[in-house]
Amino acid sequence: MSGADQIFVWIGHEAAGWAPAPAQPLVSAILAIAGIMAVFGACFALTTVAERKILGRMQNRFGPNRVGPYGLFQPLADGVKMLTKEDIVPFSADKTLHFLAPLVLTVPVWLAFAVLPFGRNMSALDLDCGVLFFFAIGSASELAVFMAGWSSQNKYSLVGAMRAIAQMISYEVPLVLSTVPVLMLAGSLSLNGIVAAQGSHTIGGLARWNVFTPWGLAGLLLFLIAATAESNRSPFDLPEGESEIIAGYLTEYSGFKYALFFLGEYLGLFAVTGLAVTLFLGGWHAPFQWLEWAPSWLWFGAKFSVLIFLFIWARATLPRLRLDQLLNFSWRFLAPLSLINLAVAAAWHWTGAWESAAAAPVRWLLCAALIALPAHWLGRALRGRLPPPRKYRYAE
Amino acid sequence: MLNEIAFLLCATLTLAGAVAAMTLRNLVHCALCAAGAFAGLAAIYLQLDAEFAGFAQLLVYVGAVAILIVFTILLTRGAEIQPAASPSWRMGVTVGALVTACLIGSIAASPGLHGSPPQTVQAPVKRIGEQLMNQYVMPLEAIGLLLTAALLGAVIIALREPPKPEPPAP
Repeated sequence: MSGADQIFVWIGHEAAGWAPAPAQPLVSAILAIAGIMAVFGACFALTTVAERKILGRMQNRFGPNRVGPYGLFQPLADGVKMLTKEDIVPFSADKTLHFLAPLVLTVPVWLAFAVLPFGRNMSALDLDCGVLFFFAIGSASELAVFMAGWSSQNKYSLVGAMRAIAQMISYEVPLVLSTVPVLMLAGSLSLNGIVAAQGSHTIGGLARWNVFTPWGLAGLLLFLIAATAESNRSPFDLPEGESEIIAGYLTEYSGFKYALFFLGEYLGLFAVTGLAVTLFLGGWHAPFQWLEWAPSWLWFGAKFSVLIFLFIWARATLPRLRLDQLLNFSWRFLAPLSLINLAVAAAWHWTGAWESAAAAPVRWLLCAALIALPAHWLGRALRGRLPPPRKYRYAE
Repeated sequence: MLNEIAFLLCATLTLAGAVAAMTLRNLVHCALCAAGAFAGLAAIYLQLDAEFAGFAQLLVYVGAVAILIVFTILLTRGAEIQPAASPSWRMGVTVGALVTACLIGSIAASPGLHGSPPQTVQAPVKRIGEQLMNQYVMPLEAIGLLLTAALLGAVIIALREPPKPEPPAP
């Protein structure tokens, strides 16, 4: 492989080579951790300013443009502001839990990056059950949100925390179920194994990414919707709901602790986006065989950036849902659809033996119909079940 | 050496979490300490190279059971301080003693204590899955059926709702 492709692996190897032999595994692990924290920390800073710029562009205003060229130094100013703010703990709060909650949210999220393959030979930890590790680590964030909301001893915080937990539990079902077809067809729980399973090419050099199959496309859409809800982003940002419950479980947090929550939320989004890239978009593979000369980490970064832009776009476009709509959407639409998608993936697997030349498009259309029709019917049933338009008793 | 230190840390976390969950007065604190004990147990599994069991423990107990306990506490009684001694403490001590006796009996009978320690077994996820789908498929199905029945039962109990009086017109 070309030098640019393996440059980070080479740098890490050379740097660890300077250490005495017994310390080398430790040194290379620390280097990997430092690399992940530096890259995704910078990514966090860039995304905050990019998000505000893009939102501004879509809403026909400027966005931040005071600090530095094009407002690019805004994250620095924000960071200084956050760090120098007074840290206020409410008098009646549960002090220990109030202190622990941001840590319980942020630390596991960093751990989740350990299993993601960012490029060829570039995953910090190749676990046999990497996907399981990812979801197991992510489950701590629900407890953290509960700790934050309950320890604040504040009605808005508690309502926000209960909303957040209900939402996270509900959307974890489609999130995990939509990954199952990928695991089934790759025959592996290791993220490196899943990337390797998408490494071959069809005629014309097009890569065999999961997203190019009907179940993969449906799975990616389900996964992205569930991921938006899991990371509490608009249009599923009811737990924060500034206009209704102030800021939910964040109400009583200020200064550095608030910044940690903010960091944890964005890092959770990054981690789940990285997982989507790995599971459905071929990980670090190039879309065409004749594009494999570009470094693999560049492909990962490109797909990652496109998905992050999609999340920002959705935030700029869609209004916030109501709580009953949110839960109905998960349990009556996403969860059944992801189960049906599992069956479609099985059908795709069994029709893989079809030999003739005309079979490929027929197989594609058949499987696409098998997932599109139930989606249509479920959507219609969902619309029929919605309560009649709300009658306002006092506000009209 | 490092292994012993790691084990001591995990064991301390588990035991301290369990003791705190039993002794603290505030129910929410108890639930969170129980979650800490679950996490310590998962760490011990991981230390024994049982990756699948460790992560499953974390996913199920910390991610689902602890959240369920917390939800139940908040929905039923709030987190008021509990009295120091439960009125039915004799029953509790009896059940606790019985369970402890069972555990001690089965540990004392295990082959690890007598003679050679069992050799480490590599158990990749693939093999666990194959075993579950071939040799142990009937127990797996039975557990699935039991859990589904419990789920349906819970839904049926929760469905029974007294008819609500209409809210008065404004």
